[in-house]
This record gives sequence, C-alpha cells and structure tokens, in this order.
Amino acid sequence: MNLTRATITEIVEAVKAKSVSAKEVTAHFLKRAEELNPKLNAFTSFNVNAVSQAEEIDARIARGEDPGPMAGVPFGIKEMLCTKGLVTNAGSKILQNFIPPYDATVVARLKKAGVVITGKLNQDEFAMGSSNETSYFGGVKNPWNLDCVPGGSSGGSAAAQAARLCAGTIGTDTGGSIRQPASFCGIVGVKPTYGRVSRYGIVAYASSLDQAGPMVSTVKDAALTLEVISGHDEKDSTTSQRKVPRWSQELSSNIKGMKIGLIKEYMQGGLHADVQKTVDNAVDALKKMGAEIVEVSIPMTEYAVPVYYLVAASEASSNLARYDGVKYGYRAEFQNLSAVELEDFYGKTRGQGFGKEVKRRIMLGTYCLSSGYYDAYYNKAGQVRRMIMNQYLEAFKNCDIILSPVTTSPAFKIGERVSDPLTMYLNDIFTTSTNLAGLPGMSVPFGMSSEGLPIGIQLTATHFEEQDMLNVGFALEDASPVKGKVPHVI
Amino acid sequence: MIDKKTIEHIAKLARLEITDLEATEYSQQLGKALTHFEQISKINTDGVEPLLTPAEIEPFWREDEPKQEFTPEEMTRNAPSRAGNLFKVPPVV
Repeated sequence: MNLTRATITEIVEAVKAKSVSAKEVTAHFLKRAEELNPKLNAFTSFNVNAVSQAEEIDARIARGEDPGPMAGVPFGIKEMLCTKGLVTNAGSKILQNFIPPYDATVVARLKKAGVVITGKLNQDEFAMGSSNETSYFGGVKNPWNLDCVPGGSSGGSAAAQAARLCAGTIGTDTGGSIRQPASFCGIVGVKPTYGRVSRYGIVAYASSLDQAGPMVSTVKDAALTLEVISGHDEKDSTTSQRKVPRWSQELSSNIKGMKIGLIKEYMQGGLHADVQKTVDNAVDALKKMGAEIVEVSIPMTEYAVPVYYLVAASEASSNLARYDGVKYGYRAEFQNLSAVELEDFYGKTRGQGFGKEVKRRIMLGTYCLSSGYYDAYYNKAGQVRRMIMNQYLEAFKNCDIILSPVTTSPAFKIGERVSDPLTMYLNDIFTTSTNLAGLPGMSVPFGMSSEGLPIGIQLTATHFEEQDMLNVGFALEDASPVKGKVPHVI
Repeated sequence: MIDKKTIEHIAKLARLEITDLEATEYSQQLGKALTHFEQISKINTDGVEPLLTPAEIEPFWREDEPKQEFTPEEMTRNAPSRAGNLFKVPPVV
C-alpha cells in the first residue's frame, strides 16, 4: 500500500483489516512531515504522543472494539483550533505559549472517531490574511512552487495536505480561508453551512462568519470528515439541531438534470486566462454529464468585499478585546513593578503582541463601531449583508448549485502583494459572499496554470444542502483533467 | 486618509499602543480601504433589518446544572504571572 497517496477511506479499511497498523501509518506521515517541513513551514509543532495514541487505536482493534469511522488516520489541525495539551497559537505572538486545557469540539469528535492528531498547522495570524504571510511563525510555501504563497489563511493545512504530510487536515473559513488555499494547492476544501460545525474551542475571529471544515485530497474524504465533525453541540448555541446526513455514503456522481447556476455578474472578464479556461472546462464537463447550465443574477455581489471587511473587522475588534495579558497569552515586560497605568498595561501588551495586519483590522473594526460611525458602517454593512443573502436565496430558486471561480488568479509570488492591504482584500471577491450568507461552499481541483500551479472550481449550495454540492464536486473530481496530479515533493 | 489624530484616538479606544510610523501607515491604509468600502453608502437599505448572524435560531434548553470541567490549576496555568491560583498583575492606577 502506498500510504503517501492513500485516501482516508483506504487507510481506515486497511487499519481495520489489520493489513497496516495505525502506528505504522502515523509513523509514516510523521516521518514525511519532519523531513519536508523545513522546506514548507506548514507544521508549527508536532504531537510527541501521536505514535502512542496510534498504538491505542491498534489495541482497540486487537480487543475487537469498534475503533471508529476514521480509525488510525493522521490529521494535522490548524492553529485556530484548541487541542488539549498542544500549543494553540492562532499564528500569533500573543498566544505563542498557550496550551489549552481542552479540545475544540471538532478535535474531540475527530479523536473519538479514531483520528490521530500529528501536529498543528501554520496559518495567517488570527486567520487574517489571504497568503499566510501574516503568521508570526513565518510564511508557508506552496508545495507546487516554493516561490509562491499557499494561500490563506489555512495555508499550512493546504500545503501539508498537498504535500501529503498527513492524511487529512482541518482548516477554518471566515471569508474564503479554506477554499482559496485549497484552490492554490490543488486539494479539496469544504466550508460547511454556518451552524453545521461547532465553533466551541476555535479561536474567534468573526463569530458570525467562522466555520471549520475539512481540507483533504478527495471529495469522499471531505464528505466522511464532515460527517464526523458536524452536528449540534450544546457548547455552541449557533449550531443547528438538524440531523447530519450520511454524505459519504450518499455520494453520487450522477448529476443528470441538476441545474448549475453561473453568476452573470462574475462573467465580466478580468479573470486570469487559465482560471477562465478552468471554469469553461468545468462547465463543459458538467454539460456532458447531463447537467443543465442556467444564468443567475446576484447584482449585490459586487459589495461582498466591503461588507465582509466591515463586518469581520468589527466582530474581530470585539472578539480580540479578550487578549489583555492577564489570564493567558503574552504580556509586555514592565521593568519596575511599581504602579503602571492600566491603559499602558493593555496598550503595550496588545501593541507588542499583535502583528500588523491584526492591528489594522482591530483599528478598522473599532473605527466602524465607534460613536458617530456605527450606523454608516457596521449597521449599513449588516443591511447590505441581508440583501446579499436574499439575492442568493432567490438565485437558488432557479438552480441547485452555483459554480464560480475561487480566485481571480492562481497562487501569486511570496511578497508580491503584502505592501497594499486593499489589493490583498480585493482577492477575496469570489469567496466572501458565501460566508456573509452562511452558505456551504467548496473548492475542487480542476485545472492547472501554464506555470504548473493548481486551479480550483468553487461550488456553492443553499443552506444545509451539502449533499448536492458534494455530488457535483464528486462528478467534477472524476472528470478532472488534473486528476492524480501531485506536486514534485511527492 | 484618516487624520493621525483620529487614528491615535481609535488606537486608544482599541487599547493598542502604536508607533508614530504605524499611525502614519494606518492613516493612509485605512483611509484608502474605507474610501473603497464607502461605496455601500449609495445602496438604498431603507427598512432592511441588518443581518447579524446567518444562524437558524433554534432555542434549545439544557438543565442549569453547575459543572466543574476544569481544576483551578488548569484554568490559571496559562497566566503570564500568578500567585498560586490567582492571576498576578503589577499594581495599577
């Protein structure tokens, strides 16, 4: 068995059949990760107990117990998610040494299903970034071209998965942070419907937008992982009480008669030629499989980026108020322990603990929420947000799935866009409206640029209709011209 | 452009100590971003209820029973400075 290229499903079957032990699988991926990580900087830390935890799975199998639906599968987890006993730094100096006493619900559910956590994955600081260049722990490199960014903010997850440093990874998506790096690194990334997956134990960035999801190699692996992490959690009152479907078992590439919507406003040019070609190819492939292509209109989509940044920054400025240097996290040095001004205590701690982009967004959010500006920015953005969501719901009356690009271009060069925050923000044009409306979205690899960089296709469904989305993704995966292509590091 | 004085006021509200250089940078960068974002002001939103969360609000109830999931040691272990199970801070005025 070629473990490096094996899918999650294949690993689980092999481990349960005892043709390979969970211990061997974990040791294999840990060895790869330790060898290749110096090149990629995808992992920020490794779990020193991973092998012994894998041995426990083997022991359960030996005793004839059910080891769970994901028995012996090594996963890397984004730094945003709390992992009991393992540093959880959110890519920030301010949480550099934070060791949570508990697991995020997503992590607890994965472990219960038999997953072995091998380590934590690098990301943009507090998930604020589209290139992984804002991490306090250094940027991540794209395994397809080490001069390029892996995307962000879940760049460590995307790079680790593309290079197969683990069998699966978890990312988080507030404005595209799962789908954009998945597209840049040629893997499958799913952002579930808002409320599908518990946010308990996930470092909060913008609570009305944040969702965690799988970043893996195949659509089936994504469906299986999503099944395990989804469902109501009494520790997160925004989680839905709807039953979690058996997406992986219901997966079907028969999409005959399905209506695929193309957003008229997205078809006005400006796309990188290779991205345009990838979209055209995907539409042709779906037509051949019997899908019906329809045009839909979402005029408000042009306001998605402004609304997203106003909402996300406002929520962030409030969420990040908790970093006060008292209960946990970084505290500035105070030379003499004589009395300090309280404002100095907070100001110095936060001024030194947060990086530039995080400070920029806290400032933007504080400005939007401050007296005299609240109505013009935060409140107005909320109103436009509802109009965007309503237009999506209207569009979904005429189609089952919306197909679009994930980004305007393939992965860009490291350092190319850091100097201008607004240009970086405008990258998120195709991904942010999904979060604003709370819809599920995913990226599936379907193309390759002339320079050999992967390009994904974005699929969006209406609330809680992940099955349709996964099915179209499954069909596209099967027809993909880049099926089986892996970066040279493999 | 947002003037530097406003930037300094916002930084104070956000409890962020920023350098003079940062203040200059933010006044340009935030000014530019906000100018772009202000395009939403032209949209007619009369009578539209702001969307604050896309979550389905399904009230659910659980027994209000106290639980002790963590020990005081676990809850205070990450503090930058502590005395026993108490958080320690410099004297503040």
